[in-house]
Amino acid sequence: MNSNLQADSPPSKLALEVKNLSFFYGKFQGLKDISLGIAEKKVTAFIGPSGCGKSTLLRTFNRMYSLYPGQRAEGEINFYGQNILSPKQDLNLLRSRIGMVFQKPTPFPMSIYDNIAFGVRLYENLSASEMDDRVEWSLRKAAIWDEVKDKLNQSGLSLSGGQQQRLCIARSVAIKPSVLLLDEPTSALDPISTAKVEELVHELKEDYTIAIVTHNMQQAARVSDFTAYMYLGEMIEFGDTEQLFFKPKRTETEDYITGRFG
Amino acid sequence: MNDMTHTASGDNGLKKPSARYAGRLRRNRLGLSLSMFAMAVGLAALFWILGVLLYKGLDAISWSMFVESTPAPGSAGGLANAMWGSLLLVGVSALVSTPVGILAGIYLSEYGASSRFGSVTRFVTDIMLSAPSIVIGLFVYALVVAPMGYFSGWAGSIALALIALPVVVRTTENMLRLVPAPLREAATALGAPKWRVSVSVVLRASSSGVVTGILLAIARVSGETAPLLFTALSNQFMSSDMSQPIASLPVVIYQFAMSPYEDWVSLAWGGALMVTFTVLLINIVARVLFRDKSKG
Repeated sequence: MNSNLQADSPPSKLALEVKNLSFFYGKFQGLKDISLGIAEKKVTAFIGPSGCGKSTLLRTFNRMYSLYPGQRAEGEINFYGQNILSPKQDLNLLRSRIGMVFQKPTPFPMSIYDNIAFGVRLYENLSASEMDDRVEWSLRKAAIWDEVKDKLNQSGLSLSGGQQQRLCIARSVAIKPSVLLLDEPTSALDPISTAKVEELVHELKEDYTIAIVTHNMQQAARVSDFTAYMYLGEMIEFGDTEQLFFKPKRTETEDYITGRFG
Repeated sequence: MNDMTHTASGDNGLKKPSARYAGRLRRNRLGLSLSMFAMAVGLAALFWILGVLLYKGLDAISWSMFVESTPAPGSAGGLANAMWGSLLLVGVSALVSTPVGILAGIYLSEYGASSRFGSVTRFVTDIMLSAPSIVIGLFVYALVVAPMGYFSGWAGSIALALIALPVVVRTTENMLRLVPAPLREAATALGAPKWRVSVSVVLRASSSGVVTGILLAIARVSGETAPLLFTALSNQFMSSDMSQPIASLPVVIYQFAMSPYEDWVSLAWGGALMVTFTVLLINIVARVLFRDKSKG
């Protein structure tokens, strides 16, 4: 066994490769020298207590932090070999390849159909029937088609919380990204909706690379192939999910997952 | 003494109110009655005005008021030219102030929120918001009427637009700011450029609030008199020519109410009733719109 963090990195192809990433909110350092790889078409989970930097890390992958002046990242994040932290990176293009779903469902104030079509129209010029197909395809992918197919013209806000979240997943899937970032996607949902979203994650990894931040350790254990445990902006342990949960190498990790934390 | 007697003692259940608590109740009642009294005074004034308006104005309202133009003293007539003129003046000012105001509001909320230019714009808008309307009238007089050499409907509309503009700017900005950040992030995360996020998602999410702001601005300018005195002046006849002086309800009310002729004064009351109820109606529509949308 090797205790080196890098050595645990999956042997499969990497979609994202993070090298010596540090992140700053003004003067406060939110991430400290993080290095890891996100394997292609696998699910990588990030766990850790509140404020440990897991969401911060996720938000560097699509440069969401660039919306806010005063936030900056140092280091490298290579997306299939291309450093997306480069100032020359076109952010809209990047975000159309790396989608994101948020903690609270965020349907746009428009019809269910338009919620999906909005993102597609930004980058593709589809005919009406092609668009219909795409909307149906993505809603099926997000396992919500049967629930909404008869009310595509109703407002997205009319759906339940769980349905709204799956609509948001469909919306991200519709633009055919290569990576999906899920930032605590089930923390505002009831257990049944949560189960549906988890099932969905399982199916989506056939086609997409998925990175998920979660507060729920059982969820990480259930859905992910690899898990990273973070604490106070540092990556404590990263490796195969099964191994991290059953044979953690670091005592800090063990303390956290067994609830003896702090 | 055992546990049984202890639990049965007066320490459990409701207690006798203390003097301190009774004093607080008294102060609460006093505060409540004072605020109820203040509300009654305000409402009484409002209903008094509405009552007098209805009493004096209803007599003047007749079919001829809507179809005939303002008469010479002693002859029959109506307010058709003034109503039409008001509609034109307010309509054109809304067409000007709405797009400019919404764009400025978007800038203040989405782009220049913390920039220097943004805070200067906000400051100037706030000054315009509280500027006396007669000053705005004089400003347009000096800027438009004096160089052109004659009063015109255009000048009147510009003056009204200047009064409506800051209202639209500030309500738009405030409504856009209410849109939660995650919604902006969600649209951005799909790869949407900023202008697209602002227009298709943020503005759309707050559309009912923005429309309410526009309606309130229209309500505000439909009753303005002072800025029209120096700009649109008035016109005795029916006219749609905005490059000529044009009649408006507030100015006609002002002229007729001051006149010694009884039929003119009566028409002024009728006009006042029209203006007031139009404004009231716009306000009610604005409120209903906003309430319905903010629920859904």
